[in-house]
Amino acid sequence: MNKIWLIIKREYLTRVRNKTFLLSTFLLPIVMMLFIFGSAFFAMSSKEKLKKIAVINDPGMFKLNLKGDSSRIIFDFTNNVDSTNFSARGYDAVLNLNNDSTARKFTIHSKKQLGIDAQGMIENKLDRALENNQLQKKGIRKEILDSITKQANGAFTIENRLTSDKGKSQEVNAQVNYGVGFGSGILIYITMFIFGAMVMRGVMEEKTNRIAEVMVSSVKPFQLMMGKILGIAAVGLTQFFLWIVLIMLLSTIVGAFIPHELIQQAGDMNKNMPVGGNNAMAMKFMDIKQTAANINWLQIISCFIFYFLGGYLFYASLFAAIGSVINEDPQEAQSLMLPITMPIIFAFIIMSSNLNTPDSKIMVWASMIPFTSPIVMMARIPSGVPWQQLVLSMVLLIGGFLLTTWLAAKIYRTGILMYGKKATWKEMFKWAFRKS
Amino acid sequence: MTILELQNVQKYFATQKAVDDISFTIEQGSIFGLLGPNGAGKTTLLRMITGIFYPDSGRIIFKGKNFDPVKDVGNIGYMPEERGLYKKMKIGEQALYLAQLKGLSRSDALKKIKAWFVKFEMESWWNKKVEDLSKGMSQKLQFVTTVLHEPELIILDEPFSGLDPVNANLIKDEIFNLAKNGSTVIFSTHRMEQVEEICDHIVLVNKGTKILDGSVTQIKNQFKENVYRLGANTSAHNLMTYIFEVIKHQPNELLLKLLHDSTTNDVLKFFISQDIPINSFNEVLPTLNEIFIRLVEGTPEARQFQTIK
Repeated sequence: MNKIWLIIKREYLTRVRNKTFLLSTFLLPIVMMLFIFGSAFFAMSSKEKLKKIAVINDPGMFKLNLKGDSSRIIFDFTNNVDSTNFSARGYDAVLNLNNDSTARKFTIHSKKQLGIDAQGMIENKLDRALENNQLQKKGIRKEILDSITKQANGAFTIENRLTSDKGKSQEVNAQVNYGVGFGSGILIYITMFIFGAMVMRGVMEEKTNRIAEVMVSSVKPFQLMMGKILGIAAVGLTQFFLWIVLIMLLSTIVGAFIPHELIQQAGDMNKNMPVGGNNAMAMKFMDIKQTAANINWLQIISCFIFYFLGGYLFYASLFAAIGSVINEDPQEAQSLMLPITMPIIFAFIIMSSNLNTPDSKIMVWASMIPFTSPIVMMARIPSGVPWQQLVLSMVLLIGGFLLTTWLAAKIYRTGILMYGKKATWKEMFKWAFRKS
Repeated sequence: MTILELQNVQKYFATQKAVDDISFTIEQGSIFGLLGPNGAGKTTLLRMITGIFYPDSGRIIFKGKNFDPVKDVGNIGYMPEERGLYKKMKIGEQALYLAQLKGLSRSDALKKIKAWFVKFEMESWWNKKVEDLSKGMSQKLQFVTTVLHEPELIILDEPFSGLDPVNANLIKDEIFNLAKNGSTVIFSTHRMEQVEEICDHIVLVNKGTKILDGSVTQIKNQFKENVYRLGANTSAHNLMTYIFEVIKHQPNELLLKLLHDSTTNDVLKFFISQDIPINSFNEVLPTLNEIFIRLVEGTPEARQFQTIK
């Protein structure tokens, strides 16, 4: 036990003190923050300024109903502007609505290209104006029209309540469950790959440094393998923790330094993105916040930790076994890794394609089998899983990782002393199942 | 006192009898040479003695008790032929880590490392990484990490490969020192002149079986061919005799092989009767190298794979 502890300590310290670890730990959050704020900044600076558009419309058919909005576009009905002098008079563009309106094609002259956004918006406004024109021609007064539009915008939202067998109803929000499930599933998926590869490379370290024989004459191969797996898990957890702390720290610092209206604007922009009522979006947002508060976060977080560690331990020892049978050449790893990465990818595909039906047969089964359960079960948990299934899945996962560790240890102890030759699956199978 | 005893040890791999029924004993404080051509099963044998492999059958008795790898590894220092250290680790930390894995406490290990580093003039290396060392330097470090925990049984597989004569002598002196202080050294090599110089007792294995066992002089006498070197100025024509035959004739030296149960005195009498002045006369024992080649030659160069029933 003491020896495992020494190995864990070494694996942990050498990795944590490594320059690449420090670099990736501290640079990633900074790069991420730069990326987020940078893209927000660029999005904002590329956002069109208020456009002043001169409109030439002699019969005045659009005059009444074509309205700009105060923040992005202004329509100005003038007579003495044409395509040659609009910029001298302070307009960004000139829109000529005098062409044959039955052809439904107008021209707009500008110095700079208008952009799809602005063009679409102008078309949209023209359509509205035409619609209102027609309605008014049929005798609907303008005030009535205005009040109708006002009332109808974002008038309804739908709330989905789940009724459990006990008759208790609970508000759910499919979107939140979807988000939390998908998020934790994908996080486990990614970490399994990163950490698995890290364990594999870590195991190869003894081989490439030719120290395996010295090590196994001092400690049992199983101790060495477990020490590595646990040490690397600790490194990963440390990195996670530091990332979270750093991102929180950085966002407060950045928040303090960047002018408030900039952030506000960025936020506004995001809300404005979808065409349609801002109101509805805001309501929905509130709604999501509300249901997010209703979710059982304690259950989700504790399950996440369990499935993260369980899934890691389940796969890490398999990766360790692979690492032990290959030589210096990492290329050799590819073909041997495939049977191990396949179930992980498979789990991810099941999870992402069946996220909308968390209780379907395939999801239930996949959340039981240890090969796929860490990813799939996490996606199911936010929408509620019967406790019998949860317990069964957890027991199977624990049993699963004990089994894989036991088998992997046997492959490991033979593989780690082999030089110059890559083992085949057949050989590994034989090592794993022979006695002692 | 016997420190290690192997009784009918066998280890079969899927396609080969790596070690086939080998027994020998090693006395405490002796320097024991394990010899054999490539692929004879030496490494497998050593791996069983260090507890890396378990024998398929037979017993290994260490200090009078059945060998228990978990308990006894702290008493064994193993320097394998396939040498290596963690390249990215600092030298001081590495020595400390390996010593702690052998069961030394941190402070104890630190004290011993410092002493060895002073002895081998390695103090300035402490914060260097192994990848910065030359091959010979890392070899020295490897030796230090092998013997640091003062094991009673030290196993060295080709300890001098890659060392210059000065450093080889340094290590050799240390090996003698360790043996004098009661440690037992198992020494595996193909370099016969080193074996002759260092080892008290040797075992030669070939194709997984033991073919020779004994002290160096014993074995040499066993294989001697009654060849003598005689220093005298002679010419060939007057050396036709029943007593010996001339193997090699140089102007001032002869190599003779005795024939027909004649004795050394017969030879001397012959030369005296011819009135040829004798400058020197001594027996030529075969070198271990010659014995080795004679025993191993004739067997196929590489071991053939065979199926085990």
